Amino acid sequence: MSAETATAAATASSVSRARSGFRIDGGAITLTLYLLFLMLPIYWLVIMSLKTNAEITSGMTLWPQQITFANYRTIFTDASWYSGYINSLSYVAINTVLSICLALPAAYAFSRYRFLGDKHLFFWLLSNRMAPPAIFALPFFNLYSAIGLFDTPWAVALAHCLFNVPLAVWILEGFMSGVPREIDETAYLDGYSFPRFFAKIFMPIIANGIGVTAFFCFMFSWVELLLARTLTTVNAKPIAATMTRTVSAAGMDWGLLAAAGVLTLVPGVLVIWFVRNYIAKGFALGRV
Amino acid sequence: MDRPYDNRAWLLVLPVLAIVAFSAVIPLMTVVNYSVQDTFGNNQFFWNGAGWFKELLDPSSDLGGRVLSSLGRNLAFSGIILAIEVPLGIAVALAMPREGWKVAATLVLMAMPLLVPWNVVGTIWQVFARGDIGLLGYAVNKLGIPYNYVSDPIAAWVTIVAMDVWHWTSLVALLCYAGLKSIPDAYYQAARIDGASRWAVFRFIQLPKMRRVLIIAVLLRFMDSFMIYTEPFVVTGGGPGNSTTFLSIELVKLALGQFDLGKAAAMSIAYNLVILAVCWVFYTVMTNLDVERPQAETGAAS
Repeated sequence: MSAETATAAATASSVSRARSGFRIDGGAITLTLYLLFLMLPIYWLVIMSLKTNAEITSGMTLWPQQITFANYRTIFTDASWYSGYINSLSYVAINTVLSICLALPAAYAFSRYRFLGDKHLFFWLLSNRMAPPAIFALPFFNLYSAIGLFDTPWAVALAHCLFNVPLAVWILEGFMSGVPREIDETAYLDGYSFPRFFAKIFMPIIANGIGVTAFFCFMFSWVELLLARTLTTVNAKPIAATMTRTVSAAGMDWGLLAAAGVLTLVPGVLVIWFVRNYIAKGFALGRV
Repeated sequence: MDRPYDNRAWLLVLPVLAIVAFSAVIPLMTVVNYSVQDTFGNNQFFWNGAGWFKELLDPSSDLGGRVLSSLGRNLAFSGIILAIEVPLGIAVALAMPREGWKVAATLVLMAMPLLVPWNVVGTIWQVFARGDIGLLGYAVNKLGIPYNYVSDPIAAWVTIVAMDVWHWTSLVALLCYAGLKSIPDAYYQAARIDGASRWAVFRFIQLPKMRRVLIIAVLLRFMDSFMIYTEPFVVTGGGPGNSTTFLSIELVKLALGQFDLGKAAAMSIAYNLVILAVCWVFYTVMTNLDVERPQAETGAAS
């Protein structure tokens, strides 16, 4: 481990030396401007959530003259608001676990074996990741009503499998292909059965890949709205849908809307923070 | 290549096959079923054969005209955002720090827009770009440029393109960053010894190494912009007029708004076929790169 760190440090320092020769002069400026461009709209949203509606509509202020937490208090005390967050998180969690469990063996098959129709199957999976959710909105509505899952987190979680499972297979396959096949063969020679080898040896090796995959599954399930909104009415309504409805109802409560928006950023930021090291390493290893 | 041939691998693929078939094949069958029928409500359906498809392909009919114009708008949109996001993403990736705490900080900040629910992206840009309460809209109007995305189609397009650049450039940048990180140090040293210019390093070392991830980035960005729905729907609702009505917005209008099941289903099938075709092209290009990769990688690793 320490040797590895030492080599990594050595590489890093030599990279910086090598890179300093090739640096574009505008590099730091580009990056700063870009990050500024990313943060400004978010800053504005956060600021707006701390303002009173009177201040928002009365004129332009770059920061709140009078900080108020009333908007947040409304959300945390009103069940129709905070249950939206719980609903969203529950279907995202179900979907992430489901996608990874299903995708692991399939990705292993694609990365280790050739079999009848493998290329066509892989393409078909990939094409489902690309299919527009708008096509599926109405059929899903009929399907999940028919099997009695409508308006439950399971309906949304299963529906999101449409694009998350293929994506998970794709990413995991990339990571698994990076693991030398000799490891499998050695384990089999040592008398490991396939399930034991997979759980005890293989999964720890691709832990980074699983982390990155979980991140992407979380991300695409968390941000999707069209299907989530179509498949729920009351009991499993996601927060995103709560926002669109409540706001159009009684005029524009900008402060409340902004506060709800800010709170939807929180899970994302937490997830990024936990996987930040995986992303840095993971992006280089996997395909995505 | 040297992977063993074993049809038992199908057993490992079965669970995925089952779930994707459940959520893709069954709904698509429903769509095919609707596409050849007409309904007057009350769950009464009439056989319409290829009628909807004929109308779809005829630009002079109502349906054909709407689909064609939304397809044109959507292609224009995808073209514009690719032309901005890919170069910008590369530039940002090249400018990203390579070590230290700055890496983690930059990664976290950059990934943030990717984790924002899509309708909240719309909300963020709505409150940011409005002339009365938004920082951007207010500032641009103060500069003397008339800007109102609710009534002016050009302003609406600028807002939506800016929103998409804000939302997705980070994805391109992160992918390129991954490609750049996989370049062994020796390449840079060799280039330095040869006295290569900054441009030559980019053109002959960094760009070829990023080719794979760039193809993935273009594929993902094209597909996602081709089926964009939520963000423009929240900001402009497809307006002013129809100027930002993209394919998915048109489709949802037909299917859930007017409940024109037949028309919507026929459009869905055409839409899906376009996606399949584009996807197939990208897939072929990518598989060909996969075949090339092993030789190049083993050469680099040793």
